[in-house]
Amino acid sequence: MKLLKYFGCSAILMSAAMLQAQDAAEVEQLKKKLQQLQEQFEKAQNEHQKQMKALMQQIDGLQQKQSSLTADQQQLKDQMSQPMADAAKASSLEKGRWRPSDPISLLQRDSSYLNLSLSGLFAAGGSTANDLSSLQLGGHDPSQRGFTVQNVEAVFEGAVDPYFRGQANTIFFIDRDGETVVELEEAYLESLSLPWNLQLKAGQYYTEFGRHNPTHPHAWAFVDIPLVNARVLGPDCLRNPGARLSWRMPTPFYSELFLGVQNSHGETAFSFRSGEGHGHEGESEGLPFAFRENENDRGVRNLDDLLLAPRYAVSFDLTDTQTLLLGASGAFGPNSSGESGNNDTQIYGADLTWKWRSSRHQGGFPFVTWQTEGMLRNYRAGSFDWDEEGDLGDADGNGFPDEGVLVDASTGLPAAFSRETLTDYGFYSQVLYGFRKGWVAGLRFDFVTGSRGDYEKLPLILADNAGGGASAGRDLLRRERWRFSPNLTWYPSEFSKVRLQYNYDDRRDIGVDHSVWLQLEFLLGSHAAHKF
Amino acid sequence: MKAFYWLFMAVALWGATAHAKLNVVATTPDLGAIAREIGGDRIDLTVLARPTEDPHFVDAKPSFIVKLNRADALLEGGAELESGWLRPLIEGARNPRLAQGEPGRIVCSEGIHLLEIPAELDRSKGDVHALGNPHFMTDPQNGKIVAQHVAEAFCRLDKKSCDYYRANLARLTLQLDQKMIEWQRLMEPHQGKRVVTYHNFWLYFSERFGLKMDLYLEPKPGIPPSPSHLAEVMRTMTSEKVRVIAVQPYLNRRIAETVASHTGATVVDLQGFPNGSKGGGSYIEWMDSLVKSLAAALKK
Repeated sequence: MKLLKYFGCSAILMSAAMLQAQDAAEVEQLKKKLQQLQEQFEKAQNEHQKQMKALMQQIDGLQQKQSSLTADQQQLKDQMSQPMADAAKASSLEKGRWRPSDPISLLQRDSSYLNLSLSGLFAAGGSTANDLSSLQLGGHDPSQRGFTVQNVEAVFEGAVDPYFRGQANTIFFIDRDGETVVELEEAYLESLSLPWNLQLKAGQYYTEFGRHNPTHPHAWAFVDIPLVNARVLGPDCLRNPGARLSWRMPTPFYSELFLGVQNSHGETAFSFRSGEGHGHEGESEGLPFAFRENENDRGVRNLDDLLLAPRYAVSFDLTDTQTLLLGASGAFGPNSSGESGNNDTQIYGADLTWKWRSSRHQGGFPFVTWQTEGMLRNYRAGSFDWDEEGDLGDADGNGFPDEGVLVDASTGLPAAFSRETLTDYGFYSQVLYGFRKGWVAGLRFDFVTGSRGDYEKLPLILADNAGGGASAGRDLLRRERWRFSPNLTWYPSEFSKVRLQYNYDDRRDIGVDHSVWLQLEFLLGSHAAHKF
Repeated sequence: MKAFYWLFMAVALWGATAHAKLNVVATTPDLGAIAREIGGDRIDLTVLARPTEDPHFVDAKPSFIVKLNRADALLEGGAELESGWLRPLIEGARNPRLAQGEPGRIVCSEGIHLLEIPAELDRSKGDVHALGNPHFMTDPQNGKIVAQHVAEAFCRLDKKSCDYYRANLARLTLQLDQKMIEWQRLMEPHQGKRVVTYHNFWLYFSERFGLKMDLYLEPKPGIPPSPSHLAEVMRTMTSEKVRVIAVQPYLNRRIAETVASHTGATVVDLQGFPNGSKGGGSYIEWMDSLVKSLAAALKK
């Protein structure tokens, strides 16, 4: 029995040893094969280098013939003389190194320290509306019959160092009075190497609220900005100095959380502490927003006197060719409405983008995108008394309230409003269809409205300094309106476009208007990559 | 005993595979095919652009950001091939392994002798590539250079598997060298022949095989064909007896067919990338199908 056991054990050991020997032989064989292959490879490489040498000699011969060398050939020679393996090892940083003898190429992506571009956006057209400035709400919208210089934008952009990327967009446009206006639209740096999927952005920048707000005019799909964006976030979009941290969350699908803190004052913080005379040049020609002045700027004492802007975005690929992006945004901060009280504004937004692009697209065409954004604003308006000086609005002492003073007809005295929360909301929905290379047909529907405020329920009269006056009616800056805009865009190349757009506007209490705009754009310099 | 042996083998195998695979993302399918040859089963490969897609205009989908976020290595063509879509993706990915100059950032055009570097940048000549023509993978010799570049990069990222990558490189190089002889022989009778294409995509291919694929349906890079330009192309085709129009799947085939019907030429489908609907999955199979379909069409 014991013997059998020994026998069995030794048999196992022997078979194991044999197995090992067999493996070793195989390894040896494989090694040999590898060596052979390596030798063959080196031979091929040598041949290649020989070919290169021959080519170089040819080039040298040609060079001797030519007395002068163009920069191009010099470059070619430099490239050829570099052994291939070395060239492969060379990092891209070395490749793009600029030498003092090189021309300063500002236009070349990835081979200069600064990418420069200039775009010009112009419009021409007209409208049946006589109050074009209140029909077209956006700061860069075409807003006069004839020609408008909408936006001439210079972009400076590049990697600062391994830690930051910098970008500045400066804008020039010519306003209705013919004055050239310069705006610092954006100027910020963005971190490149924070851990834990974080990214920091700091400077002056567009708040990442929804889809349209952070988009530069040259990338808009329509001639003008959506009504809801102009009314809720402002004619020049929501942008201000601040800092934003974003976290790409470790989910199997794309999801990102943004949290921004920005200054809450200035005309680009439209629904917040936007200073004297709330409302843009656009819609503010009549009575001010909520029929009261902005005289209650409480300044910045605490963190919550700043503008807080969170956003969460998720995206899924529905199929190989269809992508869905959903987002929820918020903007919270104080406002300066009325005369007193700690007033604040809350804006909520939701957005949806669906995109289809053919798997056999040519230059990105054909494609279909559907983008919809809805917003709701709760605006706490401060109390305000039109009898500001305590003289019953009668500064000239003729016994009647002066012209332009708002009078409550039930009392005959200047109107006095108490604090109240005003709710405005609206949405836009747009479809773009790139039906053949360079051609895009678009359709957008806009709707905005506001709940009727207590101040709109009073019998208000805009005094004429003679005891009478016209009825003030509803607040036109919050009144219901909608717009229907079909357009057609032609991109002769990636660097230019021609766009024709028709707007059907219906404003409650004002009526229907028709507008036609033709838009032209050119782009010089480096073309920024397309974001989703 | 046998059960023991299998158990031992299983454990050994598990031990070998537990060593994490390299997570590789390639922008285009041709670079992906090279990565697959070199990396074999030691890498997990994701290719962003589809083979039928125009590589200049890939949609910058947010899902790509997730893929790039997890990648150990990114293979990009460079030379402005992906300049229309890659950068915001990399910025969004926040992956320090893919930062410019890191070993995980593999720019495949480095080490390639790029052709057609414009002497002056002037977009009135169309959308020119300031760094040269980026479609260099259509030349199998460039495929070899890229393979070497990729193997070296993989070695730096995964030293343990370096011998494996080098062996794969040697095998691919050998296969390409052998195939090259066959391809050259097939193309030999067609030296100097002219072929019409839509876009200047086949420059490196034609240089390698002695063809002249320099008659384009588009008048200037990125500019759609105009009737007057097409008429001129047709005149040239008739006078020089050009018999073949090569089109890529993502380009408008109708125009090519119209021109062909007026000139009696044949339209040949050339897949711009491996893994196309027709044609092979590997780099060599793809190149094989290119050479064979062109040679067949030229013979007619």
